[in-house]
Amino acid sequence: MSDFETVAATENQAARRGVSGEPGTPGRAGRPERARSLAGDAWRDLRRNPVFWISLLLVVLVAAMAVVPGLFAANDPRDCVLSRQHAGPSGGAIFGYDFQGCDTFARAVYGARASLLVGALSALITGVIALVVGMLAGYFGGWVDAVLSRVIDIVLGIPLLLAAIVLLKRVSTSGDTVRLFAVIFVLALLGWTTAARVVRSSVITAREQDYVAAARMLGAGNGRIMWRHILPNALAPAIVVLTIALGSFIAAEATLSFLGIGLKAPTISWGIDIDAGRVHMRESATPLIVPSAFLALTVLAFIMLGDAIRDAFDPKLR
Amino acid sequence: MLRFILRRLLQMVLAFFGTTLIVYALMFAGQGDPIQALAGERPVTPAQRAYLTEKYHLDATGVGGFFYRYFNYLGGLVQGDLGQSLTGRQISDILAAAWPVTLKLAVIAMAVTVIFGVTAGVIAAIRRSGVFDHATLVLTLLVLGIPTIVLAPLAQYFFGVRWPIFPPTAGAQPSFYALLLPGIVLGSLSLATALRLTRTSVTENLRADYVRTARSKGLRRRRIVGVHVLRNSLIPVITFLGVELGNLMGGAIITEGVFNVPGVGFNLFRGIRTEDGPLVVGIVSVLVVVYLLSNLVVDVLYAVLDPRIRYE
Repeated sequence: MSDFETVAATENQAARRGVSGEPGTPGRAGRPERARSLAGDAWRDLRRNPVFWISLLLVVLVAAMAVVPGLFAANDPRDCVLSRQHAGPSGGAIFGYDFQGCDTFARAVYGARASLLVGALSALITGVIALVVGMLAGYFGGWVDAVLSRVIDIVLGIPLLLAAIVLLKRVSTSGDTVRLFAVIFVLALLGWTTAARVVRSSVITAREQDYVAAARMLGAGNGRIMWRHILPNALAPAIVVLTIALGSFIAAEATLSFLGIGLKAPTISWGIDIDAGRVHMRESATPLIVPSAFLALTVLAFIMLGDAIRDAFDPKLR
Repeated sequence: MLRFILRRLLQMVLAFFGTTLIVYALMFAGQGDPIQALAGERPVTPAQRAYLTEKYHLDATGVGGFFYRYFNYLGGLVQGDLGQSLTGRQISDILAAAWPVTLKLAVIAMAVTVIFGVTAGVIAAIRRSGVFDHATLVLTLLVLGIPTIVLAPLAQYFFGVRWPIFPPTAGAQPSFYALLLPGIVLGSLSLATALRLTRTSVTENLRADYVRTARSKGLRRRRIVGVHVLRNSLIPVITFLGVELGNLMGGAIITEGVFNVPGVGFNLFRGIRTEDGPLVVGIVSVLVVVYLLSNLVVDVLYAVLDPRIRYE
């Protein structure tokens, strides 16, 4: 369970930093002096960062695997024949076959869909909850902030893995789709707090800006100010945190499936395959190593992507 | 200070009731027929049914009945009575046998974290932007990004099976040596965070005014770093380590499960696998309490170490 804590710790750094760059930072020496937006500045930094391109490439690759797995793997992952148990590489199965005689590589490729679906949807729901709660708490302050902040404190105090175990035991006999959405909702329900804190702190900074006061003087209502003027400022740091959170949600889904309370066969998930490969590692290690590598690379890609974007948006690090 | 502790305590009590209520409501209240669940596949006579219904107030519906049963569960939890697992063992007995092993494993993991993480963090901060600094940053990113369910089985495979340096599983009465590999795997995650925290904190403190003062007084660099800077920069690290110790006490579900270390996490792992509901609920309830308590202790400790925390 330390996975979640450590990622949360990384996210907290993002929370403290937020985005505090002044728009229109003057260009470097030798370049024409031109006012650039923070986003433009960050993009210029990102373009030259190899880590950004590598992680983006990995993310796109995994996303493509999730959408059209047939392009990457020739065999059907559910076509398992016991007679070729732990057989070596042959006919499209570049990593050989696992204990059940299924194509190891094909299963890893098809496993991307469940992982990415869980990660992306949990991150989406997390983002919505975090934006609503963070905006309300940061913009209105006072008792609204006090109540919402205590709620955040309490949810943050609940250990994610333990709570997920309890919540998911309720659906242990349900069908595949129910399970999938149960995992998504449980992760979102427990994982929105860090992002909400980030949004809250950037809303508080944005609220005090002159342009907000100007908008108010022009007669803009609370809704318009929040939507048009504050939301764009809170979005960038929230997206960074959510990118990193997406990686940790994928790891969490695999962990839950590994334990046997997340997704279950016939759904193909890296967590399930890692657990199955672990049992037979003495006979053949590839069924363990292949899904492990897929999972680790995917999680790493999202975390590095988030890290790179955050570094680009943080003027203090330049 | 007293106000801080009181407020923090109140917050914890709220969290305690909140989490136990959720655990209870989800695990017990929603199930179909608890008496039949208790009996398994055997038939239940009307007399037994009437007796159990009377004993546990199962016929009382609505808020009165639910909260009566909830407080019954809470009372048992506070007194250490966690009921029986499906195999008929007292859950408190299972936990009593498991704690020492988990504690041993946690201490090993902690030692790994402190010895390697803090030392490397200080070195990385002193030689900022050097080769060592960049190497450790990349390495910690890798460790942070790789989930335990990948790290633990792979470590077991490579260092236990492929190159048998360590025993691949720990077994019933694990020796120190058998616990070393799981301890390293467990400690590596907190090691990465501890390293990064130490590095950030030491870097910030190296720029502080008191360091400049110390340097202009003519103090040697070793003394400045070893005494002045370290004392100030280890506060957040200590807090983190405290929280981690709380996590390690019960959080080692995956590592203990993979390496067959018969600790608390292993029993939870087994309970989930064998669908042993009472065992899972019992252990999770206790772990939640441990987690909340360790967070409380750390927060208070933090306020003692750093007076700035008390006035927010």
